[in-house]
Amino acid sequence: MEKLRWNWPIWLGFILSIAAFVSYFAVFARFPITRNVPWVNFLLFAASVLFLWMGLRRIFAGAPSMPRRVLGSLLALVGVAILGGFCFFVFHAGKQLPAAVGSPKIGQKAPEFSLRDTHGNLVSLATLLASPLDAAGPTSGGPQGVLLVFYRGYW
Amino acid sequence: MAISADEPEISADLCKKAGYTYTFLSDPSADAIRRYDLLHPGAGVGGHDIARPAEFLLDSSGVVRWVNLTEDLRVRATPEEMLKAAKALR
Repeated sequence: MEKLRWNWPIWLGFILSIAAFVSYFAVFARFPITRNVPWVNFLLFAASVLFLWMGLRRIFAGAPSMPRRVLGSLLALVGVAILGGFCFFVFHAGKQLPAAVGSPKIGQKAPEFSLRDTHGNLVSLATLLASPLDAAGPTSGGPQGVLLVFYRGYW
Repeated sequence: MAISADEPEISADLCKKAGYTYTFLSDPSADAIRRYDLLHPGAGVGGHDIARPAEFLLDSSGVVRWVNLTEDLRVRATPEEMLKAAKALR
């Protein structure tokens, strides 16, 4: 009778796949060096696929019971699907940004606006321009300007 | 300074948690975002209209001197790039 062995590679591959996905958003997206090209996460996914492959070979080389075969295949399938989802986000979904053809160009005057700050005060671009920030520190006498950073929001 | 479609309370929460001390402006109706042609319709949580990421450096007369319109929401201007652009202002 075949000794029942715990198929650790398939579980490790499965857990690595989840870790590779989650760790991008939780950790590696915070640093430009691991965010712009998600090489750490692709390395984790590569290790995941390797272990999933090892696990599948164990399943189909040996003669485990049907439920074990189904469970193992399912874990491998979900693991690879997570990799697929990550690739979709990195190579496709993240690049679906509007073209912004009408945005102010270099040399053009930036459109005026008046918006509320975190204290509820109305702040206009004119106000900001009247007290521009110094590029090299508050009292350096260096070039002054206003940096507008539009971001998607906090969630 | 930063602009998003978030309400002031949400930006205040973000500043508190992240320790940001510069100005955060709220544009929940996306008026300024539209004026800069940066609207990303329905891309926010619950299908709200938000801004696509963009950075503009203005000189003290309000003229755009440097701009970064990323084509990938994961890739943004680095602090070093922005500082370099700011130091080049004259």
